[in-house]
Parts: sequence; structure tokens; C-alpha cells
Amino acid sequence: MRRKIIVALIIIICYLLQTTVFPSLAFASITPNLMIVAVSSFGFMRGRKEGLWIGFFCGLLLDIFNGSILGFYALLYMYIGYTNGMFRKLFYPEDIKLPILLISASDLSVNLLVYFFMFLFRNRYNFEYYFLHLMVPELVYTMIITVILYTLLLKINRKLEVSEKRSASKFV
Amino acid sequence: MRRKAKFSIPVRYILLVMTGICIIAMLLGFTLNISGGPLNEVAGYVFIPMQRGINTVGLWMSDKSDNLKKLSEVMEENEELQRKVDELTSELNTIKLEQYELENLRQLFDLDQKYPSYDKVAANVIGKDGGNWFHNFTIDKGSEDGIEVDMNVIAGSGLVGIVTSVGPNYAKVSSIINDNRKVSGMVTTTSDNMTVSGSLLSMNENMVIDFTGLNDREEKVAVGDPVVTSYISDQYQQGILIGYISSLTKDANNLTMSGTITPAVDFEHIHEVLVILNKKQSTQN
Repeated sequence: MRRKIIVALIIIICYLLQTTVFPSLAFASITPNLMIVAVSSFGFMRGRKEGLWIGFFCGLLLDIFNGSILGFYALLYMYIGYTNGMFRKLFYPEDIKLPILLISASDLSVNLLVYFFMFLFRNRYNFEYYFLHLMVPELVYTMIITVILYTLLLKINRKLEVSEKRSASKFV
Repeated sequence: MRRKAKFSIPVRYILLVMTGICIIAMLLGFTLNISGGPLNEVAGYVFIPMQRGINTVGLWMSDKSDNLKKLSEVMEENEELQRKVDELTSELNTIKLEQYELENLRQLFDLDQKYPSYDKVAANVIGKDGGNWFHNFTIDKGSEDGIEVDMNVIAGSGLVGIVTSVGPNYAKVSSIINDNRKVSGMVTTTSDNMTVSGSLLSMNENMVIDFTGLNDREEKVAVGDPVVTSYISDQYQQGILIGYISSLTKDANNLTMSGTITPAVDFEHIHEVLVILNKKQSTQN
């Protein structure tokens, strides 16, 4: 229960930062994608199931306030969370290479899919432009934010896991 | 010690079920134009106050920093003047249109349509789009303030966009520079119609939006001519300034022209917008 509340808070804070604070800190009108950092991190830290749910709710939030069609981002982020969850066995908290790799892959694939479904289907064929001027800058900016946000999320997760273990051992 | 067997559904099935739910939601959205419903309301009550709060803090902080720089008075004055410029531009625009119409009326005699003065509601922009692909934003007025879907949103003297979904205390606005948005426009000097379509590429590169299908046989339209929303648009009120023509080329068919328009609104820095409470359809009825 405690974990759920804290995770919900993290999602809300990420969403609020992404929609209110970061647009005014944008470089060349590109804002980083904090939601994907949260979804991806919880995916590989906690496994497929939690990744799936967190992805779904993050996506739903984006759908309600930003998307044009309800369910699109929810579906996208849900699969991102689920796929990241598959890498849980490879994940070690000390190693930062895998998280960076996974988060950047997630960010890129979300953007590629958005391009594919929302732009390519409307005859916007100039992929190279969108890739170089939108996806790559967002990726770089998200990476910079990841270094800060991910370490924070890792610490929160560790504290939660410790307190969960403690309360579990009490009952046994 | 007996442990209670915990029943849990395999993740794969959850994924399958949730995928189904999402796809059904999307299909419903496409076919019935349902967007959220009760979800909108709940989310609105949770997130909008927070966004509003952050926004107020942000504005307060920027105000303080302005005070430190002792620029506030100048800025206020500038704002006032800007507002006056906007007002005058839109007035001028209406007058130009009215003049043009007057000429038409003299020819036609029995047309007595006038530009109604629209009721407007001022709103603050409290949240931008989460991604970088589209230019949507949220404003802090909703159905409780009389805002409905398809109402036009303006800032200063220019058209910003259109309300695409409404919650009790917020509304989602899709701006005209959005890649998937089209507006029916008209050049005020010749009253020729065209299709103005937002484009992410041209907006990022040159801060312009594209237009196509301008039927200007006498080739009177020139760079710098103002473009307003057209009378044939079924979504946008007539005569709202979109922007000024910045480039113009003849199409391959030798009949129509296409080119780019510099929008009248600075889309990077919109903080306050006005929502026109008259809808195009309801004015017609």
C-alpha cells in the first residue's frame, strides 16, 4: 500500500514537472520525457507486472491531458513498462550502463512509434528530419535528466524494499 | 503453519486484457468521439489545482525577479501597449474585413450579416503537452465556466487554436500549429480562400505554418497580406487573424498558390488566452 502511494506520487510529480516546469527550461523547444524514465526504471527494477501497471497509468495520464485519442499512449507506455520488466534479471543496482541503455531505448522507441502512427500515416515522410531534430535532442536531454532522476528513483526503491522486508519479517 | 494460497493472474494475461481495453478505448474514441468522460473529471480535480499552484508559484517567482531588476513598471507598460497593439490590430482587421464586405454588400444589397462581438472568457495556460510532437496545452477554465468543445481560442489579436476536450475545471486546447490541424483561411485583401495546415517541420525550422490551395487568378495576393479565418470554416469563427503571408509560390498545376504564413501569435510564450464562447455552429442556428 505504501509503495503504491509513493509510486503514484512519483508519477504525479514527474507529470507535473514535465508539463509545467520543463517547458520553460526547454532547449530549442525540446523537453525531456520524465514519464518514460519513471516507467522504464520501475520496469527493470520491479519486473513486468509493475512495469505494466505503471506504464499504463502514466500513459493514461498523458492521454487524458495531452493525447488526441484515449488509450494510445496508455497502450504504448504499458508495453514499454512490460518490456523493461523482462530485463529485471539482468539488473544490478550498482551498474548504471543497463538502465541508461534501457531508458534511452525506451525513449527512442516511444518516439519512433509515435512518428510511425501519428506522422507517417499522414504522409509525413521526412523521417530524417524528425529523427535528427526531435528524437535525438529529446533522447540527449532525457539522458541528462536520467542521471539525476534515476539515482533518485533507485534510492526510493531501495528504501521501500528495505522497509517491506522488515515488515514482512515481523509478521513471520 | 498453513499459508493462504495467494491467487494471482499471470502477467501475460493482464497484458492481454489491458491491451484489449486500450484498443477498445481507442476504437470508441474514433467512432463515438468519447474522450475520457468521468476520467476527465477525476483527473481534472486531482491535477489541475496542482498545475495551477505550480503556475502561480512560477509566475510569482518571475514577478519577484522582475522586481529585483526594477523592470516591472516598464514591463507593465509594455504589456499594456502590446495589448493596445493587439486590440488595434484586431480592430483594424475587422474594419478591413467590414470594408471589404461593405463593398460586397453594395453590390449585393440584401445581405446584412454583421460581425458579432463575441463573448470571451480569459484563461491561463497551466500545462503544456508532455511530448515534443504536438502543441497542445491545458487551460484553467472548463465546463464550469461555460467552455465547450470546438470553441475558438485566441491570444492577443491572433488565433491560437480550438478546444478539443473539456473537464469541469480545465480544457484541452489544440493549437493551429499542430501537425494534424487544418484551418480554412482567407486573405483579407482579395478574400480568396485557402487551407492553412500546421506543420511541425516548418514551425521548428522557420516558425511558420503552411498553406495550400490559394486560388488567386489575378495574382493580387502579396507577401505580408493578413490571413484570417474564412467564412466557410465550420469550426472557426469568421475573421480571426491567423497570421501574415511570408512566402508564396505557384503550384505545379499553375492554378493555385501555396506558401507559408507567419502566425500572429507567439506560440512559445502563451500565458493567457481568450476563449470565444460563441461557437460557429451555434451562431448559425
